[in-house]
Formats: sequence, C-alpha cells, structure tokens
Amino acid sequence: MWARAVDGYIHHMMNIAVQVRDLRVVRGAREVLHGISLDVGAGTVSGLLGPSGGGKSTLIRSIVGVQIVAGGTVSVLGEPAGSPPLRSRVGYVTQAPSVYPDLSVRENLRYFAAVLGAPARDADRAMAEVDLTDHANALVGRLSGGQLSRASLAVALLGAPELLVLDEPTVGLDPVLRKDLWELFHDLARRGVTVVVSSHVMDEALRCDRLVLLRDGSVLADDTPIGLLQRTDAPDMDAAFLALCADSEVLA
Amino acid sequence: MSIRITLATARRVLAQLSHDHRTVAMLILVPSLLLTLLWWMYKDTPRVFDGVGGLLVCLFPFLVMFLVTSITTLRERTSGTLERLLTMPLGKLDLLLGYALAFGLVALVQAGVAVTIAVTLLDLDLAGSVTTLLVIAVSDALLGVALGLFVSAFARTEFQAVQFMPLVVLPQFLLGGFLMPRYQMPGFLEALSDVLPLSYAIQAARSVTMTPDLTGDIVRDILVVLAVAGVALALGAATLRRRTA
Repeated sequence: MWARAVDGYIHHMMNIAVQVRDLRVVRGAREVLHGISLDVGAGTVSGLLGPSGGGKSTLIRSIVGVQIVAGGTVSVLGEPAGSPPLRSRVGYVTQAPSVYPDLSVRENLRYFAAVLGAPARDADRAMAEVDLTDHANALVGRLSGGQLSRASLAVALLGAPELLVLDEPTVGLDPVLRKDLWELFHDLARRGVTVVVSSHVMDEALRCDRLVLLRDGSVLADDTPIGLLQRTDAPDMDAAFLALCADSEVLA
Repeated sequence: MSIRITLATARRVLAQLSHDHRTVAMLILVPSLLLTLLWWMYKDTPRVFDGVGGLLVCLFPFLVMFLVTSITTLRERTSGTLERLLTMPLGKLDLLLGYALAFGLVALVQAGVAVTIAVTLLDLDLAGSVTTLLVIAVSDALLGVALGLFVSAFARTEFQAVQFMPLVVLPQFLLGGFLMPRYQMPGFLEALSDVLPLSYAIQAARSVTMTPDLTGDIVRDILVVLAVAGVALALGAATLRRRTA
C-alpha cells in the first residue's frame, strides 16, 4: 500500500507516465520481449519504432494491460498497468480497427462514450477531431481503410484520457491526413496528454519528442530524434536505424 | 455492475440488428411461416397441431438466439471490440446482461408475432394462457443466449460456432421428450435428459398446450430453465478475459 503510494508520488514528481522495468513476455514457446526497461515522460509524444515482429504491439499491449506478462513490471500513471482505476484514463487503439462494422460512426462513438461514462456530445467532438463528421451516419463497414482506422482512433479520444496508446494509427493514411493526425497528437500532448504511438515507418520518427527503437524484443535505442541522428551521424532515420542495427550486431 | 452500461449495450446490439433488415425480417417471419407449414401438414388432425405448434413457438427462440448469440459474440471476440471494451470500465456481466436483454426482447417480439398468428389465423387451440407461453418462450431464448455466449468461447471461427448447434442443441432436442416420452427412454438416457435444461422447457410448453391452469410444475420448469441460463451466463462471464496471451 505504502510502496504504491510512494511509487505514485515519485511518478508524479518525475512526470513519468509509463514506467517499464525488466518486462519479459513469452508467447507460445518464444520469448517476445527480453526484459526491457523504459520510461515515457508525461505530456510527450513518444514513438515506438522498429521492424514488424520486433515486439512493438506486445509492448503496447503490456502497457494497456491486456497482455499476460512473464516477468517485470509496467506501471501506468502510478498504477499497475491494466488495473481498474486506469480503465477510463487510458485510450487504446489496436492495430486492426476495433469498431462495429454494422453500426454508423456516430452509433459506435455514442456506445463507447456511454461505456466510458462520457457525455453523448463527446461523440461529435471525437468525430470532428479525426475529421469524420461528414461520415457520421455512414456504416463503419462501408468506410474506406483510412476512414475506418480514424473511426477506431476517435473511440480512444472519447472522455478525457490521460494516456493514449496507439498501435500504428497512421497505417494506410494519405500524407495530408497523417500530418493532421500528428498535429492532433502534439496538440493533445500540449494539453498534458501522454501519447505513445507505434509505427514501422521511420520518417514518422522525426515527429516524436522521444523515440524507442525496438528490435527482436530488445531496446536498440531510447533517445530524441536529433540525438539519434547525431549519435549515428546518419542523414535520415532509416540510415540511423540501419547503423544502430549494424552496431548491435558488432557488439553481439 | 452498471445499469447504464447494460442498457447502452442492449441498445447497441439492437441498433446493429436494426441495420440488417433481412435478418430482422427473417427473425420475425420464419417462425410464423414454419407454423403455417405445420398447420397445413396437420390440417386433418388439428389436435396434433395444437401440441406441436405451441412447442414450436417456445423452441424456435431458443434455437435462433443460440445461433445468433454464438456468432455475434464470436465476432466480438475476434474483431477486437471485446478486447477494447475490456480495457474500458465495463463489467463482464454488463456486457452479457446487455446481450441477454437485447436478444430477450427480440425473442419476445418473435414469439409474440408467432403466437398471435397461430392463435388468430391458424386456429391454434391453446389450453393455457398465451402470456405463460410467451414467458416460456422468452425464458428459452435467454437459455439460448446464455449457452450461445458460453460456447462461443470454444469456437475460433464462425464455421466452428455453427457446429455447436448440432452438438449442443440437437441432443437436448432429441432427449427432451419431443420425439419420445422421456420415461420410455433407456434408464441412462432418461437420467441424462433429467439434467438437460431443454427437457424442462419442452415439459413446460407441453403443459401450457394441454392444461388451462398455471400449475406449480410449470412455474418450477420455467425456474429451472432460468436458473440454468443464469449459471451459463456466469460461466460465459468467466470465459471473458481482460488479459490474454
């Protein structure tokens, strides 16, 4: 009890929204995360980057608290990940859009708003934030791929989440929409929301305040985008990532 | 437990259904069409139709709600919406009761239309009251919902979910005393039929078609059906996991 209170206090003082310590996850016979540790600062946009299969989704699921973990701890906003007090404080978007295809955009948002205890008008705000107001009454199953993932994202914006955890939210979106969404993420961060975004597109990394590069279940780098570029002396993020991979192989 | 979330869930399930006009039409019309077929088959023996017709009104909601629920909850599990809901402040029972409420209402409409058509147009002669028959039909539907929710946990695909119909429903139907009086069955099968909930549903429906009074036996049979539905719902709640591998 006391340990938890002190832990929460330390989180608050250091402004750490997510703290991962020695996290190990085993899926089937394979260890997917090999004891990783990292901190996510509150009110920042943090990017989780790396190739597919590197453990990004598993780490995200652990932060949200839907992943069975084999060892280590994950605390979110001073509470153990997935604990009941966090259920209205954390917004989560899975890689595959998780909305009801046989409901309209508005009906989907109204339902999730009701579950979260948010007012019904919140549905309209979230819809506007992802630019879907024109499609409010369209069945989600008839939306295009980009519209569908925005509908799923809108659900995570309902209520007043303090932490948003988004698994590849910009996949399949055109450059204009991607830019808009990154502006939205930074806007949310300015309002104090912590945003964790995963992506396998390296050029999105430059838009993050901080980057965690994951490869084969280990943290390859945890730095600012500029720091990474300087450290590797690379012209762009792709090159920086390749340089870091080469380094880690030399060390291994 | 939250009434707000339960009601919102029931409303959401009904909204999903209402977008699917063909399903709504089939849910409401198919039982009545089958009743008409029976009426035609037994045109020269109306006494037989009275018995079989009343039973069908009660059994149809069970069958349909079992199928509909197992498929919808399987979709909920595989599409990621269940995982998303379970990261929110939603109790497992809120979700399950929301489903039960929505499909219970659909069953009420389905059985209501069927029994109205049977009594007015098809001259079904019911010894007991229509209300009792409807209560039995809705209880059977809730049993179907609860069993459907439970078995959906053991299916990974919709093909598998559909296979639970012959596995879970058909034996209960065969052993329930519909084809053969239960006391004439071999001892083991009779004992087996004693523990299958649909036996009590069939018994209650048959009593309503034959006796004018609401007997204690009918009430007991209905309570058995509802109790089993409650247990299946609780078991269904246990299959919803907030954390998965």
